[in-house]
Amino acid sequence: MKNAGSAVSIRVLAARERRRFRLAVLAVATALLGLATLSILRGAVAIAPAEVLNALAGWWQGSEQEFRSALVVVNIRLPRTLLAMLVGAALALSGAVMQGLFRNPLADPGLVGVSAGAALAAGATIVLGERILLPLIGKPPFLLLPIGAFLGGMASTTLLYLIATREGRTSIATMLLAGIALGALAGAFSGFLAYLSDDRQLRDLTFWSLGSFGGASWTKLAAVAPIMAVLAIGAPFLARGLNAIALGEAEAFHLGLPVQRIKAAAIILVALAVGASVAVAGIIGFVGIVVPHLVRLAIGADHRFLLPLSALGGAVLLLGADILARTLVAPAELPIGIITAAIGAPFFLWMLLRRQGGLIP
Amino acid sequence: MRPLMNAILRPGACIVALAMAMLLALHPARAGDLSARRVVAAGGVITEIAYALGRAYMLVGVDSTSQFPPEALKTKPDIGYVRALSAEGILSLRPDRVLAIEGAGPPDVLKLIQEAGVQVHTLPEDLSEEGVLKRIRMVGDALGATADAQALSARVEQGFAVLAAKRGRIGKPTRILFVLSFQNGRVMVGGRNSSADAIIRLAGGTNAAAAIEGFKPISDEGILAAAPDVIVMMERGGHAVSAETVFAHPAMRLVPAARNRALVTMDGLFLLGFGPRTAQAAGELMEQVGQKAASSGPTSP
Repeated sequence: MKNAGSAVSIRVLAARERRRFRLAVLAVATALLGLATLSILRGAVAIAPAEVLNALAGWWQGSEQEFRSALVVVNIRLPRTLLAMLVGAALALSGAVMQGLFRNPLADPGLVGVSAGAALAAGATIVLGERILLPLIGKPPFLLLPIGAFLGGMASTTLLYLIATREGRTSIATMLLAGIALGALAGAFSGFLAYLSDDRQLRDLTFWSLGSFGGASWTKLAAVAPIMAVLAIGAPFLARGLNAIALGEAEAFHLGLPVQRIKAAAIILVALAVGASVAVAGIIGFVGIVVPHLVRLAIGADHRFLLPLSALGGAVLLLGADILARTLVAPAELPIGIITAAIGAPFFLWMLLRRQGGLIP
Repeated sequence: MRPLMNAILRPGACIVALAMAMLLALHPARAGDLSARRVVAAGGVITEIAYALGRAYMLVGVDSTSQFPPEALKTKPDIGYVRALSAEGILSLRPDRVLAIEGAGPPDVLKLIQEAGVQVHTLPEDLSEEGVLKRIRMVGDALGATADAQALSARVEQGFAVLAAKRGRIGKPTRILFVLSFQNGRVMVGGRNSSADAIIRLAGGTNAAAAIEGFKPISDEGILAAAPDVIVMMERGGHAVSAETVFAHPAMRLVPAARNRALVTMDGLFLLGFGPRTAQAAGELMEQVGQKAASSGPTSP
């Protein structure tokens, strides 16, 4: 009798949770749609909405664009909007996966070493690229920096994974600690590169570490979209595993889950997605931590709901931040990392305080 | 939907284009600059040359390093830092040409601008007398001011010749240390292959920090080993570092320059800009260094 009662209440709870999730998805998706529209309509170049629609229709039909305003919409705003959404979704989703995997609310996609490796490789490309490659092959290839950053991220994650894996078992604690050590090492090399760099390269390093979608293009979008798609397809499968791991690794194992495979899959997917994001947009901090937290505050910690909603939320945050980045000081633009932190941090604090019932009732 | 919109928009665009063409025809453009009318300058030296050539009216946007003349950034839209430009931002100024220094970018932004049908001209970086003259001529050609640029480069060339003659009269070159900044007691100096090194040599001095490459922090013992006779620093926005501050530094206190508080401060862009005013800047540096070094007596310790 008692058991039946609690089963009913669990079912009621689950239904309530699902309803909350649907409501939240609806709200965030609406916001995303609105921001995407705004992002296509607004920019430094003043283009009438009708003209924007015309450009989009022409693009959809595959006809040649002749007006400069159409080129701005199709070649600049559209890829940039899509890229900001994609990168935002990937970073927030990766953050949520990492927090689940490490069972630590402060975990960040950077913990798998991908950011440090990518930053080191990007720094090497900025500072040494011209010096080393110029005599060999003339002008450095166009996409050298993104490709270098991506490969650097992959290399450091692989190294970290090998360090933390013994007899086919990956120790999360070892990975966390080794990640800190590798990060410090990469930081030392990056610091040395900063020392070697000239004035302009130093500013490049600074700007790169604050992130930007300034160079968004269809090429970059086409390069990262398949990687993000793999993450999107893999995430629902990870969700169940992460829910079990939340109880503890041993418990998850006893529940009959392939814990090691889940860990490996999570690390590989996150490394790929974050590596691709860093390669095309530089380092954009904060999204991976703040968005999953906000989502958890709103709908709870069930990864089946947390992961998709984090992705949507990340897309909203980065798209909104990018609109501000490219319109606030037009015709110049701000690095996006400044804006994500400036908007995200106070909002996050407000949510925390409200939740605690502290300063704000 | 699309034909309907075209029917509305195309005539509208034609009318706008016609009106713009008429406005442009009325513009006080001189013969020769038919190619470019709206130019964006990405690089302070380009803005400076454009103003010196009397073509400021052609600039529709300048980058944030365009500090001279000061009215450039006050009257023209700021397109941001020269290495972090925005494609749409620049296109919003409707330029038909972008003049950029070597290293302006990011490259993919310049590529987007080019794809939108805007010509992007890049000026090579060259910290030499010939480099300065070449830049003037290139900017002149791009602005349709070839004749004016010839005249300006001839004037600048003459300035360099006068400077070379003065350099020939210097007996023993003064050891000059260019200090970019004092940060927390850490001294950042201009080594070889820096703009500071180039201007020191133009002014007939010896770069005391030639052992270092580029702008780098130097150790206290490095300062002692450099043994400069004169310290050169930039003044920013009119307020300069005082000799008291500089020579209070534990290592700076002990170098030959400290004996007579031989500190020269000059405007940073004037000194290191490598634009039309470079011969003048080098001349001024030479004169000031000469005064300070003379008053500090024999140079070698």
